[in-house]
Amino acid sequence: MTWSWNSFFEYLVSPYILAGVWTTVWLTCVSMAIGIVLGFVAALMKMSNSAVLRGIASFYVWLWRGTPLLVQLVIIYTGLPQFGIKLGVIESALLGFGLNEGAYFAEVVRAGIMSVDQGQTDAARALGMDYRRMMRIVILPQAFRVVVPPLGNQFNGMLKTSSLASVISMEELLRHAQQLAQIEFRVLEAYLVAAIYYVILTSIWGQVQKRIEAYYGKPYMLSGNVALPEPDLALR
Amino acid sequence: MSNENPIVEILDVHKSYGPTPILRGVSLRVQAGEVIVIAGRSGGGKSTLLRCIDQLETIDSGEITVCGEAMAGSTIHLAPGQMARLRQNLGMVFQQFNLFPHLSVLDNIIAAPTKVLGIPRALATAEARVLLARVGLPEKENAFPKQLSGGQQQRVAIARALAMQPKVMLFDEPTSALDPEMIREVLDVMMDLSRRGMTMIVVSHEMSFARAAADRIILMHRGQIVDDLPPEQFFTAPSSEHTRQFLAKRLG
Ligand SMILES: Nc1ncnc2c1ncn2[C@@H]1O[C@H](COP(=O)(O)OP(=O)(O)OP(=O)(O)O)[C@@H](O)[C@H]1O
Ligand SMILES: [Mg+2]
Repeated sequence: MTWSWNSFFEYLVSPYILAGVWTTVWLTCVSMAIGIVLGFVAALMKMSNSAVLRGIASFYVWLWRGTPLLVQLVIIYTGLPQFGIKLGVIESALLGFGLNEGAYFAEVVRAGIMSVDQGQTDAARALGMDYRRMMRIVILPQAFRVVVPPLGNQFNGMLKTSSLASVISMEELLRHAQQLAQIEFRVLEAYLVAAIYYVILTSIWGQVQKRIEAYYGKPYMLSGNVALPEPDLALR
Repeated sequence: MSNENPIVEILDVHKSYGPTPILRGVSLRVQAGEVIVIAGRSGGGKSTLLRCIDQLETIDSGEITVCGEAMAGSTIHLAPGQMARLRQNLGMVFQQFNLFPHLSVLDNIIAAPTKVLGIPRALATAEARVLLARVGLPEKENAFPKQLSGGQQQRVAIARALAMQPKVMLFDEPTSALDPEMIREVLDVMMDLSRRGMTMIVVSHEMSFARAAADRIILMHRGQIVDDLPPEQFFTAPSSEHTRQFLAKRLG
């Protein structure tokens, strides 16, 4: 079978493919959101004083990082029903991706928090901030700057990894491409279209990530009048 | 001078890191309005003492009372929230400034007043501007710490601490990280503060400042206070051999 530009362009603009693209986008975003929340919670638990909390968080991170995502997805979708827990495709995908991202993100967040200078904690506490305020106002915003690049890379990875959900018949980009491919056996055309959309999505994200990094990096990039001495002290 | 109600009272405080004793029975009473300068060899426990007063470090035994409220002691068990509230009596200035690098100068100063005390932003901003003028940086409110010299950062740090209206200011070697030409500007701000009647405990080796501003100069040596004297006596007739050695090296 020869290459067909017709099919290629037809697939490229087909509403069916675009619907798959849209699903991939929101699936990625929601999974990341769940993963970020879980990651923060797990990171704070890992750094807490309670051995029980630390243990739970460490076990979670260890187990999820030690098993393939595909296995986790299949267990959640086809294995859990044996225990009477029956989740739909979408719930299974979000749960599987969210838990997986969270396990990776926990380490990233922990490294981010630990990168913040101890003096910042001292200053925050000396100003009368309690733990929550110190975290929210002083530590997490600074940790975030460190976390944004790896987080961005994880988002990029998630855009592509979300295609694994096709295995549990989630109606995302890859699955829609697969189904188009089977109609007329225009396999290369269909999968190339899918590949193009993945490239477009990751490229758009790359631009977004740059902006976010620039935003959080701004206070550190500024070059000022460091060497300029003050003319005089207006002390009275 | 009445010894009735000291604003800071430290009683027989002991503190070790692991097996190493750092504070070995430190007692100190500071009256409201007094300026205390603490000097002494490196490793003597000066920073540790300040950090214990502010309870950034816990103590092993002894008692610490600030403004009549117990910060630490054998029978004192404060919830973290209470601890945070008691710390508001104290302002602390660090050797490395510790400004929040992600916040502008203005936001550094108003962060705690607005988010801890709940002062409205507009009011806190107005007060911050007054403080910035006092420390000689009226035009820097939108700058970020990175854009300031060390001396400027330290003056912002002082303004930030003052914005919480503390009763006592603790300074831990506020000029040690500064280039010589910037030391003056920070000391001038501290001088001004002492003239306004602020109670200050200052760890510093700036003997010119101690001479001019201190009511008492303390020498700490290996976790103990070995001299506690008014400046004239401290410089001319110290009672401890360690003080004489210290002065010989400093004023040489
Ligand atoms: N967190 C810590 N863990 C273990 N040891 C510590 C800790 N902090 C300080 N020390 C030790 O305690 C001793 C006293 O330290 P401290 O910083 O109080 O001395 P200092 O008088 O302020 O000295 P300097 O003039 O160098 O600042 C030092 O020997 C130091 O190594
Ligand atoms: Mg010190």
